[in-house]
Amino acid sequence: MTRAETADAIVVGGGIFGSAIAYGLVRAGLDVVVLDEGDTALRAARGNFGLVWVQSKGQGMRPYHEWSRESARLWNEFAPELEDATGIGVGHQNAGGLQFLLSEDELAKRRADMAQMQQEAGPDSYDVELISRDDAQKMLPDVRIGDSVLGASFCPHDGHVNPLLLLRALHTAFTTSGGRYRSGRRVETIRHDGHAFVAETADGPVTAPKIVLGAGHGAPRLGPMVGLDVPIRPQRGQVLITERLQPLFRMPVSHVRQTNEGTLQLGNSTEDIGFDDGTSVDVTRTIARRAVLSFPILRDVRLVRTWGCIRVLTPDGAAIYDESQSHPGAYVATSHSGITLAAINARYVAHWIATGEKQPGFDRFSARRFDVQAAA
Amino acid sequence: MFKRLPDDARAAVTIHLDGEPVTAREGDTVAAAMLAAGVDHTRTTPVSGAPRLPYCMMGVCFDCLMEIDGVPNRQACLVCVRDGMQVRRQQGARRVSA
Repeated sequence: MTRAETADAIVVGGGIFGSAIAYGLVRAGLDVVVLDEGDTALRAARGNFGLVWVQSKGQGMRPYHEWSRESARLWNEFAPELEDATGIGVGHQNAGGLQFLLSEDELAKRRADMAQMQQEAGPDSYDVELISRDDAQKMLPDVRIGDSVLGASFCPHDGHVNPLLLLRALHTAFTTSGGRYRSGRRVETIRHDGHAFVAETADGPVTAPKIVLGAGHGAPRLGPMVGLDVPIRPQRGQVLITERLQPLFRMPVSHVRQTNEGTLQLGNSTEDIGFDDGTSVDVTRTIARRAVLSFPILRDVRLVRTWGCIRVLTPDGAAIYDESQSHPGAYVATSHSGITLAAINARYVAHWIATGEKQPGFDRFSARRFDVQAAA
Repeated sequence: MFKRLPDDARAAVTIHLDGEPVTAREGDTVAAAMLAAGVDHTRTTPVSGAPRLPYCMMGVCFDCLMEIDGVPNRQACLVCVRDGMQVRRQQGARRVSA
């Protein structure tokens, strides 16, 4: 059965990026249809690590650091708002976060990266500090830190959420606010019929004057149909899940965090191997070994699941937000940091798409920043 | 609720649930022994504290988690009984001592 629908805006992609923007758009008063592909999609929203993370974001691009930090700040009102709207607590915590440094090389690299980011901050604050193993232990008093840990970087703006509950809360908040969520609706083509955009699916077209590509790795195929270049590549991260444990971690560490329901997620691997979202023994071993070196008690904790998940990586690691120059009303929004940016996507990004009003410096996030070629 | 088949001639084995003796049969999984003995719950959940019994009996659902011979959070449907085995209900999330 095919059916034609119209709306004020179409959001292509029902993951964290698309759903946060779609929710923001219905809150701004628009009539919105989300077209989600289905179980064959890569779905980073279902496999990610759940960090709201600031300390490593925006090296070489200070505005993205500020953008991430602003989103982390907005999260403190966004999470209660979602819970009020849906009854779903997403387990948001903003008690800071740690990155562990397990060798002199890691320590030196982190120190150099932080010095660069401090310099890029200029007179503004960067708010990340190197701390000793003993000071890190004081922040995690319930779990012993291994002797291999030489120190850590700490950022008070870091935190985490339960990403699966977040996705459910966003979908629920969107639909109860009047949004129309359509699953199993892969967008085949997008065209402009002279009045509005037409997104064609096997089950019929959806027509709207605005269309937002929040489709992760689906966006590079669709973007050129509306004059948008989406230069992203896949990067795999593998995740290990443990049995549920009593609370041990008062804040997340970048490669180990405890969910609000007790499991530990171990991760933070990076592999450039295309769109294969499987797992491999060598990487899971490396992740497990680093976790055990960091927290020796984990040696005796049982793993119950592993999976691979494909990140969306832009050339500089920062988000892309763009409106098409040739097809105004067509937008793209993408990044690997969908969790961190969910709050700002639901607020400022949705506001931009709904009204055209931009935050200061917002144009820095256009993909046109990649157009300038380096001199040979 | 569950009854042994009448032609089940396997030898009896005694295990202990929270210190109390429970009669099982040789070759039972711990989960099967619990159900056969009519136990009302074998764990409480970490999230809401709700009582649970074994469900899928094939290693998938993790509803049958119990402490078996001192090791918490084991899947009782994947462990066979042994005479003298000490089994405890898993109460919420595992406690690990740091």
